[in-house]
Amino acid sequence: MLEPIINIKNAIVSYRENIALSGVSLQIFSGEFVGIIGPNGAGKTTLLTIVNGLGNLVSGSVEVFGKPVTANERHELRKKVGYVAQVENIDKRMPMSVREVVMIGRYGLLGLFHRPEKQDWAIVDAALEMVGMTNLAKRPIGHLSGGEQQRAAIARCLAQEPKIFLLDEPTASLDWKAQTDILELVKRIHEERQLTTLFVTHDLDALPHTCDRVVLMKEGLIIGDGTPEKLISAESLSRLYDLPLNIIEERHPHIHHHEGH
Amino acid sequence: MDLAIFGYQFMQNAVLATFLGGIACSIIGVFVVLLHMPFIGVAMAHAAFAGALFGLLIGVNPLITAFAFSFLVAIIIGPLADRGEINPDTSLGVIFSLMLGVAFLIIGLMPSTRSEALNLLWGSVLTVTRGDIVLLAIVAVVVVGLVFIFFKEVQATIFNRQIAHSVGLPATFILYVILFMTGATITVSLNSIGGLLIFSLILNPAAAAYQLTYNMKKMFLFAAAFGVASGWVGLLLSYLFNIPSGATIVITSSVIFALCALFSPKRKKGRWSAKPLSEK
Repeated sequence: MLEPIINIKNAIVSYRENIALSGVSLQIFSGEFVGIIGPNGAGKTTLLTIVNGLGNLVSGSVEVFGKPVTANERHELRKKVGYVAQVENIDKRMPMSVREVVMIGRYGLLGLFHRPEKQDWAIVDAALEMVGMTNLAKRPIGHLSGGEQQRAAIARCLAQEPKIFLLDEPTASLDWKAQTDILELVKRIHEERQLTTLFVTHDLDALPHTCDRVVLMKEGLIIGDGTPEKLISAESLSRLYDLPLNIIEERHPHIHHHEGH
Repeated sequence: MDLAIFGYQFMQNAVLATFLGGIACSIIGVFVVLLHMPFIGVAMAHAAFAGALFGLLIGVNPLITAFAFSFLVAIIIGPLADRGEINPDTSLGVIFSLMLGVAFLIIGLMPSTRSEALNLLWGSVLTVTRGDIVLLAIVAVVVVGLVFIFFKEVQATIFNRQIAHSVGLPATFILYVILFMTGATITVSLNSIGGLLIFSLILNPAAAAYQLTYNMKKMFLFAAAFGVASGWVGLLLSYLFNIPSGATIVITSSVIFALCALFSPKRKKGRWSAKPLSEK
């Protein structure tokens, strides 16, 4: 039987009095492309952070690559998990080029006392080419548009050569064209590298159409898990976002009607 | 211009002290500028000053108490600001004024001869001892060495700590090493530059370098050069015009900053054009 690459069991995470995850269980298999949608505060970001060890479990367990995510294992785990955070506050005057920032993705792998070598820069240049930013490699990192910043962040993750790819609302605050570009890029990366990908968004229109699976989250719980065709319906979205059915139909006329899981 | 004065031991000590202090302070200054922590630096400088005075009052080596106070401020503020529990500017403002109040209280409590205390306030680069220079040399070598050996870890942490964490680097540990070195640099520079002015020597050369380059390695090099230049030019001017050396050094560093800001290539408008990787 195939072992899951990510195995979350009854995970509870809280920040002071706020419970971010209320007992979440989820299994992700190698090569899957999983979209995670839900309203703000549903626990989507927290779910990603317990996968890469940035978050702290109060109760439950998380296993990645067959090993429990513990305090001792976190640094090693993060070297294999690429993470594009929701908001990356970048100083516009930071004295670093795009190419140098993308190289940061490899720093954890290089280890102490080791400097980047020719092959590391070749990997970085290949990542930049994949995201279409070769011509911007020498530009200061603060001189990029929003879409370019996101592509640089994705290149940084690719340079890390991760086994798992976590993206937290990578199209938030981007215009429609930039959103489309990012979604196409993520789709292409998944097809070419078969990376296990978790893609978080609160925007249904920003969900890649190539997701194998969709997970619906609300108030710290998973309320739906299945294929997009079976799961995403006007009724399920109405329950997820607490919006009247007619509003869902108006905003998403292409969404079909039937009862999802 | 009679430069025979530079043949005297005390002046040679002063030149050496400003060289080593200029390098150490300016490299620390790059961290302060890029990590956006000027107020942490100010609070640490005044905490070091208050700590040194406390040491004088109770008969303990003032460098030990200076470092202890300075680092205590850093480890209190650091986690609180990290977790977003308090507005760092507000809390640092409180600590800054508290430390200054403690410092002047201690000065008031001291017996009538307060020359040692006032030396710590204004600094006295012309009376630095061999011991001060040895300490400055050790700190300068350690600061430069750490940046050189662990440049990539430092660079990633400065860029964005969350991203550094996410690729497997111990970014919080690196940050506390930076704060530790900031406290050490401030402490060993107290005798030469003084508690009131030390932070200017930390901030100004790095802020000047920030105006000139989009390359972090160059920023460290420029900052060190400006730090040494501030020290040596300030020392020369203070000798020529018979004015306080510490203040002259700081004013010189401010002039360097102003010139860099005025002629900064970053002020030019217009976006960078896209260039192929192969093009120099």
